[in-house]
This record gives sequence, structure tokens and C-alpha cells, in this order.
Amino acid sequence: MSTTLPPQFEVIDRPLDTQMTISMGPQHPSTHGVLRLELVLDGEMVVKATPDIGYLHTGMEKLFEYKKYQQGIVITDRMDYLNPLGNNLAYVLAAEKLLGLEIPERAQTIRVLMCELQRIASHLVWLGTHALDIGAMTVFFYCFREREKILNLIEAASGGRLTPSYFRIGGLMMDLPSGFERRVKQFNDDFIHAVDEFHTLLTGNKIFQRRTQGIGYISAEDAIDWGLSGPCLRGSGVDLDIRRANPYTGYEKYDFEVPVEQDCDVWARYMVRMREMKESHKIAVQALSRLRPGPVKADAPKVVLPDREAMKTHMDALIHHFLIVAEGFDVPEGEVYHAIEASKGELGVYMKSNGGPKPARVHFRGPSFINLSALPHMAEGEMVADVVAIIGSLDIVLGEIDR
Amino acid sequence: MSKEIEQGHVSEQAAITPGQSGTPSPLVAALQRANPEWVGEVVEAFGEVTVIVPREKIVELCSYLKTAPEFEFNFLADICGADRGPEEEPRFEVNYHLFSTRKHHRLRLKVLLNDDDTHVESVTGVWRTANWHERETFDLMGVQFDGHPDLRRILLPDDWEGHALRKDFPLRGYEPYSLT
Repeated sequence: MSTTLPPQFEVIDRPLDTQMTISMGPQHPSTHGVLRLELVLDGEMVVKATPDIGYLHTGMEKLFEYKKYQQGIVITDRMDYLNPLGNNLAYVLAAEKLLGLEIPERAQTIRVLMCELQRIASHLVWLGTHALDIGAMTVFFYCFREREKILNLIEAASGGRLTPSYFRIGGLMMDLPSGFERRVKQFNDDFIHAVDEFHTLLTGNKIFQRRTQGIGYISAEDAIDWGLSGPCLRGSGVDLDIRRANPYTGYEKYDFEVPVEQDCDVWARYMVRMREMKESHKIAVQALSRLRPGPVKADAPKVVLPDREAMKTHMDALIHHFLIVAEGFDVPEGEVYHAIEASKGELGVYMKSNGGPKPARVHFRGPSFINLSALPHMAEGEMVADVVAIIGSLDIVLGEIDR
Repeated sequence: MSKEIEQGHVSEQAAITPGQSGTPSPLVAALQRANPEWVGEVVEAFGEVTVIVPREKIVELCSYLKTAPEFEFNFLADICGADRGPEEEPRFEVNYHLFSTRKHHRLRLKVLLNDDDTHVESVTGVWRTANWHERETFDLMGVQFDGHPDLRRILLPDDWEGHALRKDFPLRGYEPYSLT
């Protein structure tokens, strides 16, 4: 443990001249799961913060190597469990890059629509829990009321609320159910007012402002050096969004803004996410208006499961179905790294194939993992109570950090 | 304004996609001009560029790529190890995925390591974010990063034996692990 003090403490009177090491977590409610922080404190000041992770490690990257490509999708649901469709998307895009598949227009539009709804749902959990950590309880109920509507939509499309596995290699599990567009439209119409409602709950609140403004400062250079991504990086004034920088799934066709704030603190990251919800809503509205009838699966009979009806009436479809399920499909040799803009930041998938139905290596670059590694830089020199606010502003999910 | 940015990105994208009929991409050409010693083998596939780097050159090359105006790889997106299997030589790969927040291009550097000498110099001095990436690679793959300020296990317990993502490590254990 380091005993030298950062310069800002030199003026503080320390009558007892003692430091104390305390363990925050792994059962602390504000650590959003099982994160343990080892804090060296001088009074109420944090001298040194050391995150201790791994309590939720389940060896997912090992497991991928023993599962066929299509079986890996369900594992990805369980990483960032607040943004499962984003994980699905990153995984299937990497596999599709290796296979060289062309995805039909309708499937791409539905992917964008579902991902943006999921992004809103993920930000709603962040907003609710972040406000709860700081002491505002009401916000939580409003957020979860809206999130419930999104989860119902995801359930209607995929059958699962938290583990949808809706995106498959080569397209989607199935087309949207009838009446889905009407339900999304209803949600979109309501949600635009809900965001304004959230603003009235928190944004003008003096206590909330005092708890967040100027707390957890990280400059733009430091943010890039520490590898921050997503809303945390944009809160430090860096205009970077992978949806714009390296567009995927047709994001280049959508008209949306990338919110950037210059304040580099907890407040800036709050404002970025609040504005991002509106932009996601805007993309969802556009995606809905772009939906045209068409296939939702690529024309690749050796990779994509045939329709139920075709399987029962055509011999070749039955053979393909049997081979895909029993033996899997061969993926050409090679390696790819595909990054998407998940709700927490850059979610990258490194996938390596030696041929055959199982990947040789799958590695996930989790945005929460890297954003958390910058926590000591932001927390050292702040009060203990502010550490809670900083963790909330990073929006970490331990399922993705520990994998 | 967003239109202009978008078009800028598209042309940037077109510039880094590998050229037709085997001509190397501009990134590799610029790298070879700067110092041919840095470039071992070059693989261009799936629209991505991989440069295999001699092990002792990695830190020197990364520092250059971070600041050189035609590259500006100021963002280290990812480091991950890969095991080719115990019978392969060289056995381990360490992949560095570089990204530029201004030019928006990507590059993969690869260092190959033999089974009996899994040491490579740490790039934490170049990007601070490499700290946890390298700890994870050390924890799960057993690659030793020389010069790392705090090379401890990160996901598995400190007294864990072996490195879980190596191909000769079993998927299922046969002895219960006790935390006490």
C-alpha cells in the first residue's frame, strides 16, 4: 500500500495521523453486484482505491471453445445482462464477418430497432440505480416502469425478457409477431414524455447537482489513455461513437446526434446518457418507419436453420436442419475483431477460427471491465460517499467484467 | 455537419481496406517505410490488417504508432492472448487491437511466443489501459509481461494453479475448490 499522499491532502489537518484500510463490498448495495473495493482512507478522503473483481467469474471464454458457434449466442446473453441484445449482436456480427454472410435489409432494421430499445432499457436501469445510490428513491420506480414496457416488447419478439438470444448467425430467430409495430409505436409515443419526466425529477435538483458536479474528474487525454469508451468517454468531451466511426448493421443510414459533454465529471456522464436516450428513441422511430416486408434470414442453407414448414416438406431442408443441429457448420479459418457501440461503450469480440464447427478462441472486450480500471484514477482524492456516485456514473455490470 | 463527418469516415474506411490484387494497405506501406524491422509477416483478411511484430520491438513500435501523425493509434482497444495448442510452436499469440479516436482506423499487432519463454515487454508505459488487459492475459493465458507495475491475477483467486484458457487446461475440474 502506498503511504504517500496526493498533493491536495497536504493542507488538511490530520490530528491522529492515521490511515485506515476498509473493504467496500462485495455485498455493498452500491457496487451493483459483487465488486469489492479496497479503500485506504484518511478520514473521509480516499487515498487509494483498488478494485478487486472476479467474484462472478464463470469461465465463459473457455466455454465458448467447447460450444458450437450457434450455441455461443446464449452464453453472451449472460455477460452484460442489462444489454443482452448488444452482446448477441457483437457475437453474431463477428461470426458473420468470418462467414462472409449478407444479412437481409429487414433483419438489419429489426436489429437496429431492438438494440436501441435495449440501450434505452439499459440506461433506465443505470438511471434508477445511480439515483438510488445518491439518495433519490423515486426515480427508480419511474425508470423501472418504463423498462418493464421494453422488456415486454423484447419478450413478445423473442420469448425471453432478460435472455432473448434473438439475433442468430445469418439473421434473426424469427420475424416480429403481428401487431409488434403498433406496440413499439405506442411505446415510442409515450417514452418521449417519460424522458422529460426524468429530467424534472433530477436535473434541477440542487442536491443531485452538488453530489455530481465536479466529482470524478477525468480529462479527455486521460480518458483515452485509460481506454474509457461509450458515455464515459463522451462525458469527457471526446466525440467518438462506434456507430459513427465504424458503422455496422446499417447505422450510417440513420440520422442521430452523438451527445458530447465537456465537464468530464459525474454530471457530464449523467447528461450524456440522458441525451442518449432521446437519440436512441429517435433511431427507434426511424427504424420503425424503415421496416419493409422481406426475409429475416440470410440465404445460406448450410448455416441458417430452415423454416419449420420447409423442413417438413423438403428433403434437403431436413438434411440441412439435421446437420446444423447435430454437427454444426464449418467456419472458414481466420481471425476477426468486431467492435460495436454497446450501451456501456466499445464491446469488441475477437473470434479466431481454425475451421470446424467450434471457435478456437473467443474473447470479449467488455466496456465495463475497462471503464472500471479507471476508477482509482477518478476516485483517489474524493470522499467515500463520492466513490458511490462515481461507480454509478461508470455504469458497470459485473457479469461482463468477470465473464 | 454530421453529413460531412460521415463522409469523412467513409473515405477513411475506403483508405484502410486492403487493396485489390495483393497490394498492401497504406498502413502497412507506411509502417514499412518507417522501419522495416518492425514488420514481420503481414496478413490482410476480412477487411482487417494484422502485423506480426518481433517480440523485442513491440514497445518501440507501439510508442511510435501512438504518436506518429499518419497512424495516431492513441486508443488501445484490447489485448488478448490465444493458445494455438501445446503441440504448436510458437504456441502463444498476444494480439493488440489498436484504434485511433481521430482517424477511426484499426490495426492488429501480433506477437508470437514459445511455450518455454512466455515473456513479452509490457506496454503499460504507452497506454495505461493496458494494465488490466495484461493482467487478464497473464491470469488466463500465462503470458508474463515484463515491466508491468502490478502483475497479479485478476479474475481467478491468487492461489489458483495453472492458466485456465490454455488448451491443456481441462474444462471441468475434478477437485472441489475451497475458498478457505
